[in-house]
Amino acid sequence: MGAELALFADSLVRSTPLIIAGLAVALAFRGGVFNIGAEGQLLVGAIAATTVSLAGSDVLGRFIVVVSLISAALAGAVWAGIAAELRRRFHVLEIISTIMLNFVAIYLVSFLVRGPLQESTHIYPQTESLAASARLPLLIPGTRLHMGFAVAVAIAALLSWVFRKTAAGFRIRATGASPLAALTAGKIDINKTSFLVFLFSGALAGIAGGIEVTGVTFALYENLSPGYGYTAIAVALIAGLSPLGIIGSGIFFGVLETGAIALQREFGVPSSLASVVEAIFILGALTLAAMKGRRISGFTAAR
Amino acid sequence: MSAFETFLEGAVRTATPLGFAALGETVAERSGIINIGLEGAIIAGAFGGFVAAGTGSIWIGFAGAMTAGIAVALVFAFFAIQMRADQIITGTAISLLCLGLTATLYQQVYGATGAALTIPTMGSTNLPLLSSIPVFGRALFAQPAITYLLYAIIPIVWWWMYHTHEGLGLRATGEDPRAAVAAGVHARRFQLLSVLFGGAMGGIAGGVLVIAQAGSFAEGMSAGRGFIAIAIVVLGRWHPLGVAAAALIFGAASALQYFFQALGWPVPYQLFLALPYILTLCGLAGIAGKAVAPASLGRWPDQV
Repeated sequence: MGAELALFADSLVRSTPLIIAGLAVALAFRGGVFNIGAEGQLLVGAIAATTVSLAGSDVLGRFIVVVSLISAALAGAVWAGIAAELRRRFHVLEIISTIMLNFVAIYLVSFLVRGPLQESTHIYPQTESLAASARLPLLIPGTRLHMGFAVAVAIAALLSWVFRKTAAGFRIRATGASPLAALTAGKIDINKTSFLVFLFSGALAGIAGGIEVTGVTFALYENLSPGYGYTAIAVALIAGLSPLGIIGSGIFFGVLETGAIALQREFGVPSSLASVVEAIFILGALTLAAMKGRRISGFTAAR
Repeated sequence: MSAFETFLEGAVRTATPLGFAALGETVAERSGIINIGLEGAIIAGAFGGFVAAGTGSIWIGFAGAMTAGIAVALVFAFFAIQMRADQIITGTAISLLCLGLTATLYQQVYGATGAALTIPTMGSTNLPLLSSIPVFGRALFAQPAITYLLYAIIPIVWWWMYHTHEGLGLRATGEDPRAAVAAGVHARRFQLLSVLFGGAMGGIAGGVLVIAQAGSFAEGMSAGRGFIAIAIVVLGRWHPLGVAAAALIFGAASALQYFFQALGWPVPYQLFLALPYILTLCGLAGIAGKAVAPASLGRWPDQV
């Protein structure tokens, strides 16, 4: 019982950043923004959460987790904002700019954990560990499952409500579905809408990074993310960009990746097999969509 | 060699795989297809080149690299051209697939510690006279033979694209497939062949990494070069000669680290690793309004 519960909890822990980053991707794609930069936005979110947690845990007491997650969201929004501004002002394709920013974020983490933020003994390439007060509380005591999973589900529900019931959600969907129609028939400021969508998408990815630091790793280090931001694209697409569906596909990929790691440990099966399976699922989803005559599209809308 | 010569040599060396990949992508994009799966073709080419070069022949190695790149491009073409699935999503999946598949195969076939494995590597060939030109000679003409192949392909592609009937058909397809088809151009065939050419070039780029540079395979060794190559295509404004120049500028940006290391400046190495990406962002912003993408790039009209 104990082992199964631990494995199940681990799967949900693994699915948490996938769900939140998946929601970030879905929000962007729905709004016609091709944000492939969730990975970078997640990393700067992790940087911000770590920095704030380490600096402020004595002063802020119990509120430190909330403050560090908010700063993670802001950092993610700023990082996405670079690409959003490049798109708005210079018409730089966000597909390319966000990928470039992913690499910059990776090297920024590397620089920080080997430079200014390195732990005090200067032996390990990582920051100091977060104080107990700066960590997310556990959801199920005795496992590793933390509150972040509940946050992920709550954000999914919120986003689902925004899409279906609010005027902002309608503007986002209209801008993504047909920018020209949204502009002419709907009198929607499509530039402003897609700019804001970009920032909020980055903020969500940043929160994913902040939650990973405050709930799982408790420190910043290189390879903190095994490509969550890229897997998130698969998570979002397989759910058909539906926020509630992303909870399901996120858990599915969480189970898949946790299972792959267990298989590697037990039987020596390379865990990289998981990304092969993920890729096959994306191609399968594209095939199904093509057969139904409905195209899953990002690029067309993004222009 | 002076620090400056080392820098120039490093610039050309870094630019070589990028040049191959970007040149192939240029042809594909001029037909209207953006292939983000290029990263996948490069890593597949690296793995294919590694396996094939294990036979002991460098050129069989490159043939293997090219074949692997073409195979990846075929998968992309099936989804993106045959099924008309979204090109960006297909390309993302293909890259993910190839990175995962090569890592899995490498671990399964060569074990987790395959570092001791060595393959024949391509040394540099000094071209007589040319390599003794002061300053630039060694950088340009004391490179592995595969680099000279790139020097030859660049003008050929340029000439083909702008001075032949087929080149016109390719560009017409990329601008307006509907009009091209109406004029009797085999648009789909152009797209298929140009994507396969892009895959072949991407595969060779991977082969260069393994056979002419690293001497062994490592998981994820393509390290985003496919994405950089796509940015280079934009910076080079979809023109073969412009793309070659952009690849060289990019190589120079990456090679700056050798220059600063030689001078002994205490700058964090991560800055140099990040610099090419930052410069690409600045470059893309700088050419705003001047670069015009092929009009149908990334999409296909509903009815053709």
